[in-house]
Amino acid sequence: MMAYILALGVWIAGWWLNVHLSHSDRSDTRFYSLLIPVIFGVTIIVMWEILVTMLEVSAVILPPPSMIAARFASSLNLLWADFQQTIIKGAMTGYVFGMIAAFAVAILADRSPFLTKGILPVGAFMAALPIVGTAPIFVKWLGSDWQSKAAVVGVMVFFPILVNTVAGLKDTSAMQRDLMRTYGAGYWPTLLKLRIPAALPFIFNGLKIATTLALIGAIVAEFFGSPTLGMGFRISTSVGQLALDMVWAEIIVAAIAGSTFYGLMAWLEKRVTFWHPSQR
Amino acid sequence: MRTAFVTGCARGILMTRLNAIIPALTVVAVIVAFWTLCVIPMNAHLTADQAQREGMVLTPEAPRDRQELSGLSLALKNPAIIPLTYVQTRPRLPSPHQVVQELYDTVIDKKITSKRSLVYHGWVTLSATLLGFVMGTTLGIMLAVGIVYSRTMDKSVMPWAITSQTIPILALAPMIIVMLGAIGIQGLFPKSIISAYLSFFPVVVGMVKGLRSPDAMQLDLLRTYGTNSSQGFWKLRLPSSIPYLFASLKIGISASLVGAIVGELPTGARAGFGARMLVGDQYGQPMVTWAALFAAAITAAMLVAILSLIERQTLRRMGMGAA
Repeated sequence: MMAYILALGVWIAGWWLNVHLSHSDRSDTRFYSLLIPVIFGVTIIVMWEILVTMLEVSAVILPPPSMIAARFASSLNLLWADFQQTIIKGAMTGYVFGMIAAFAVAILADRSPFLTKGILPVGAFMAALPIVGTAPIFVKWLGSDWQSKAAVVGVMVFFPILVNTVAGLKDTSAMQRDLMRTYGAGYWPTLLKLRIPAALPFIFNGLKIATTLALIGAIVAEFFGSPTLGMGFRISTSVGQLALDMVWAEIIVAAIAGSTFYGLMAWLEKRVTFWHPSQR
Repeated sequence: MRTAFVTGCARGILMTRLNAIIPALTVVAVIVAFWTLCVIPMNAHLTADQAQREGMVLTPEAPRDRQELSGLSLALKNPAIIPLTYVQTRPRLPSPHQVVQELYDTVIDKKITSKRSLVYHGWVTLSATLLGFVMGTTLGIMLAVGIVYSRTMDKSVMPWAITSQTIPILALAPMIIVMLGAIGIQGLFPKSIISAYLSFFPVVVGMVKGLRSPDAMQLDLLRTYGTNSSQGFWKLRLPSSIPYLFASLKIGISASLVGAIVGELPTGARAGFGARMLVGDQYGQPMVTWAALFAAAITAAMLVAILSLIERQTLRRMGMGAA
C-alpha cells in the first residue's frame, strides 16, 4: 500500500512540474524541451524503482533500474563490442547499401511512367512482407557474421525507401511542372530543382521508418546465428540464463543507438525541408 | 439502354484496372524470371554433389575443385545438372514453382484442422495481429490527439514515443512472455502486445503530422469564422489527417503482422507463421520456411489491400479521391 501511495505521489509531483514547465514562457527553448521529457522519464524510473523494490518483484520478471544501471556500468566493454558488431557493421552497412539501391532504382524507374506504376504496388507489397523472416535464409547463404545481417537490413530498408521516393517524385502539381517548362527546364533541372525537393518529406519519412527497421533487422537476424558477439546474440543468451538485467542493458544501448540514428535523420529533415507545413 | 450503360461502366472499370495491373505484373514477371535464373547458380554445387553420388560424370571430378568454381560456371560446364537444380528437395534457393507447390499442398490440400495446414497457422498469427493492430491504432490515435492538443503531453511524451519505438521489440518479447506468463496470461495476448507496440508508433507519428498538416492560412480562416477548438478538430484537423492516417495504417498493419510473427520466434510457439519458419530452419526443411514466408507475405498483402480499398472509398467520398 505504502509503495502505491509513494509512487502516486512521485507521479503527481513529476506531472505537476511538467505542466508548469511546458506552459512557461521559455518552454520552447532547447533546454526546456530537453528537460521536460527527462523529468517525465525520471518520474517513470523512480516509480519503477519504488514499486519493484518495495513490492519485492523478482528480478527474473522485472529488475529494478538501479540493478540495470549497475550491470550497464560494469559491462561497458562488452556492450561496446556488441554495439560495433551489430549496429556499425550490421545495421549501418545494410542501411547505406539499401538506401543507395533504393534511390538508384527510384530514379531509374521514374523515367518511365509504366515502371513507376508497376513499382509502387510491388514495392508496397514487398515492404509489407515480413522480411525478418528471410534472416534464416541469409544466414545460411552468407554465413553467421555481419554480412548476412547487413543483407537482411539492406533488403528491409530498401522497399520503404523505394516506395516513398517513387511516391514523392510523383508529388508535384501540374502547375509546378508547367512553370518549370515555361522556364525551359529539361528533365534533369526539373528533377533536381523541383521534384527531388518536393519528394524530400516523403523520402525522409521512408528514411526515418528505415532507421528502426535497420536496428530490428540487425538484432533479429542474430537470433538465427551469429558469432559469440552482438546485441541479438547477447539478448538471446541472457534471456536463456534469466539474466534480465543484461537484456535491459542491451536494450538501453539499442535505444540510445536507435534514437540517435532517428534524431540524426529528423535533424537532417528539419534542415532540408524547412518549407513544409509540418515543420513550421 | 440501362444494361448497355452498366456494361460500359464495367468495361471502363476493367480497363482502368488492367492499366494498373499490367505494369505491376510486368515488374513481378521480371522479378520471378530473375529468381528462376538465380536458382541454377545457387543450387549448382548442391546438385552437382548429389548427381555425382548417383553416378553422373562431372567435369571437375573432385568436389574440392568444384568448390572453387562459381555456381554459374559450374552449371555451364555441366549443363546436365541444370534441370536437376529445379527439383531439389532441400534447395538453397527453391524455384518459384516449388514454393507454389508447397503453398498449394499446405494451404489447399491439407485439412484446416491439420497441424501442417498453413491456414491453421495463419489464423493463429492473424488473430494476434488483428487484436494488436486494433489496440495499437486506437492508442496511437488517442495519443496523437493528446499530443496535438496538450502542450505538456507533446513536450513530455512525444520524445519518448519516438525513443521507445527504437527498442527492438523482439528483445522485449521474451520478457513480455515471462512477465505475463508469471501472472498467468499466455497465448494470444502477449503476441498482441508486441503487435500493438509495433503498429502504435507509425500511427502516432503519422497522425501528429496529419493533425498538424493544416497550414496557417487554413487555421486563420477557421479563426475568422469564429470556430472553437472542437470544431477546428472535427472540421479541419481530423479530415486533413485522414490521408496521413491511412498511410500509417498501411504501415501499421504490416508492422503488426511482423510483430506477431516475431513474437512467436523466441517463445517456442508451436503454431503460427513464426513457428513454421523456425521449424523449417531448425529441422533443415527450407521448403517449410519458404512457404511460411510467402504465406505471411500474402497475408500481409491482403491486409494492406483491404486497407487500400477502404482508403480509396473514404478519400473519394471526402473529395480527395483523385490520388
